[in-house]
Amino acid sequence: METLLISLLNGLVYGMLLFMLASGLTLIFSMMGVLNFAHASIYMLGAYLAFTVSEYVGFFPALIVAPILCGLIGAAIEIWGLRRAHHNGHIAELLFTFGLVFIIQRVVQMTWGMLPMAYRVPPSLDFPLFVLYGSNFPAYRGFMLVISAAMLLGTWLLLKKTRVGLIIQAALSHPQMVSALGHNVPRVFTTVFAGGCVLAGLAGVIGGNYQTTEPGMADSMGPIVFVVVVFGGLGSLAGCFVASILMGMVQTFAVVIDYSIADLLRPLGLAISGDTLLTEVLTVPVARIGALLPFVMMVTILFFRPRGLMGTRDT
Amino acid sequence: MKSRWLILVLIAAAIALPWGFYDWSHHRHDGFLISVLSQTGMMIVLALSYNMLLGQAGLFSLCHATFFGIGGYAMVHFLNAAGHDELPVPMEIMPLLAGLSGLGLAILFGAMATKQRATAFAMITLGIGELMATAALMFHHFFGGEGGVTTDRMIDNSVFGLTYASGIQVYYLIVAWTLIAVALMYFLTLTPLGRMANATRDNYERAQFIGYDPRMVRFIQFALSGFFAGIGGGLYAITYEIVTFDALAAPLSANALLMAYIGGTTVFGGPILGAILITLLQSGVSLLSNSWLVYVGVMFIGMVIFAPSGLAGIIQAHGPIQRAGRLGRLTVPYLRLVLPALALLLGFVGLVELMSFLTIGAAQGKKLILFGNPIDVHATVPWVVSSVSLVVGGTWLRFEAAVFHRVWERLSAEVSR
Repeated sequence: METLLISLLNGLVYGMLLFMLASGLTLIFSMMGVLNFAHASIYMLGAYLAFTVSEYVGFFPALIVAPILCGLIGAAIEIWGLRRAHHNGHIAELLFTFGLVFIIQRVVQMTWGMLPMAYRVPPSLDFPLFVLYGSNFPAYRGFMLVISAAMLLGTWLLLKKTRVGLIIQAALSHPQMVSALGHNVPRVFTTVFAGGCVLAGLAGVIGGNYQTTEPGMADSMGPIVFVVVVFGGLGSLAGCFVASILMGMVQTFAVVIDYSIADLLRPLGLAISGDTLLTEVLTVPVARIGALLPFVMMVTILFFRPRGLMGTRDT
Repeated sequence: MKSRWLILVLIAAAIALPWGFYDWSHHRHDGFLISVLSQTGMMIVLALSYNMLLGQAGLFSLCHATFFGIGGYAMVHFLNAAGHDELPVPMEIMPLLAGLSGLGLAILFGAMATKQRATAFAMITLGIGELMATAALMFHHFFGGEGGVTTDRMIDNSVFGLTYASGIQVYYLIVAWTLIAVALMYFLTLTPLGRMANATRDNYERAQFIGYDPRMVRFIQFALSGFFAGIGGGLYAITYEIVTFDALAAPLSANALLMAYIGGTTVFGGPILGAILITLLQSGVSLLSNSWLVYVGVMFIGMVIFAPSGLAGIIQAHGPIQRAGRLGRLTVPYLRLVLPALALLLGFVGLVELMSFLTIGAAQGKKLILFGNPIDVHATVPWVVSSVSLVVGGTWLRFEAAVFHRVWERLSAEVSR
């Protein structure tokens, strides 16, 4: 029972962190048709910038400053890079963001070094929030939940209740029409791209001290976020939310499940022994293949529903 | 006619190069050279098979190394089986088996991935690549976990009676198979399939309209490119006698992309050029500098923005002017580009190296030494020199590039008239 509850909470925290990243990616994608491969790199930049800024002014100002810096970087990427690449077609845009991954990765290594940073949870949030069946739930995870929920609410309000959101939504589906009505669509694009990068940066600020701030963090986070976006359905924010939470749960629950397929088959009277590839696949405990599960889930859903969970369009 | 000569020269060079550096006093081949050349051979196969997707079918795949790696792993198991006399296949045919393994896996994954195109295809292949890379670390039976699987290539079964004990014999096997694979891939571009792949790349709706199933075209193209990548992987396994997780991980997929794109995706020979260039640079520069990836990344992004047809595309663009006999008039504008480009390069490399020695180099305890003089990375002078060189070179280059552009436009207009 206690493992269940704790894992549920942890899964929620991780899922919300994933959603912060995946929502920005989905927004950018559905708007511009560009998959930003460098999204996880911006997440990493957010963590590193937050570390450096918090060295000088403390964690809470960094919570605001670092995402804004990431947003500015994103705007610069859009204006001076993506727009130029856009003339050469969609594949060129993809390739451009793909190239950025290498550059950001190495620039981070050159600026901050190869070793993990000592980016820690701020002391004011470093206490157990409550005790559940004898295990502590850190206050910082609660704080992460609050921040990501606030961001979810904020994005939703911005998109649904403001004029800017209305234009963004319209430009999502009918960019030519919006442009014909006299709106500056390129500027809307820049705004959305920068906005996505702000979200990624924010995720970096609160995720950097939840996980570790090191040069490999973009590589470890990137594929998962892409899996989330594909699983939820390209271009669907709701699907993206469901997929993020699901993926967070799967990843945290996988760690605590120590059963294998062979254990399931045993009550049926099937005993598995021997030393072949098949028996290895059948007897490996779920806890060991946790990292594999998201990709297996993605391949499975693509097999049955090529558009993903809630996707509405092909690309 | 001209390209035929170029091909012959390349083949002759591939065969003759090891003997150019033969150590006659010790009767030994230059091991480093042989290994670089062998590496180049497999990378050519990898880059060309990748271009079957990116250049010819317009598919941006991120799991190409999966098929290369599977070819390698399968090869190791085939060689081990042959070593135990369980697989009576001569060494010369072995790469074909590796290719078939790649083909099998590509059929399986291709059935899923080619349902989509463009961006969705890229993401699905990313997922597939990660799936296989993660699985390779987890399942020890086939993949051997982090240590990889090893083999012994001396299986004592050869059509020509060779033992393949020395690198040079393996190298010529690689040359032969590279030639076979390149020729096959070239002939594929002439078949209706190759033409239809181009058509679905340019306008899939119209291809659909005249009665072809673009998905089927994508699928066959994907499967065949997996076949050739598998051959490349088989050659890899024969050369190194060990295949680890690196052979199917994402960095190699990215490498295939870089080679194909920098070389040029619009010309068949482009990826060959890219593979040779990148492999040579990799074995040269990556030993000298920590920041090798920054240079490749910047070169790649520069290509994406300024020269989307790659190096081969740039060379090809000179064709009409050269045929008109006016190439000479470009000499002076080109020469004027050299100095500012050098200044820009110097400034950029200087800044990158200074930064990298400040952090990574310091952690490794290395010192930046230039022409025998150690350089203090904390001093202001090198930073200022590099920055000034970067800014001045950049501004100057923009000016000269505009001049060059005007001459180029005028020449192209004259030639086309």
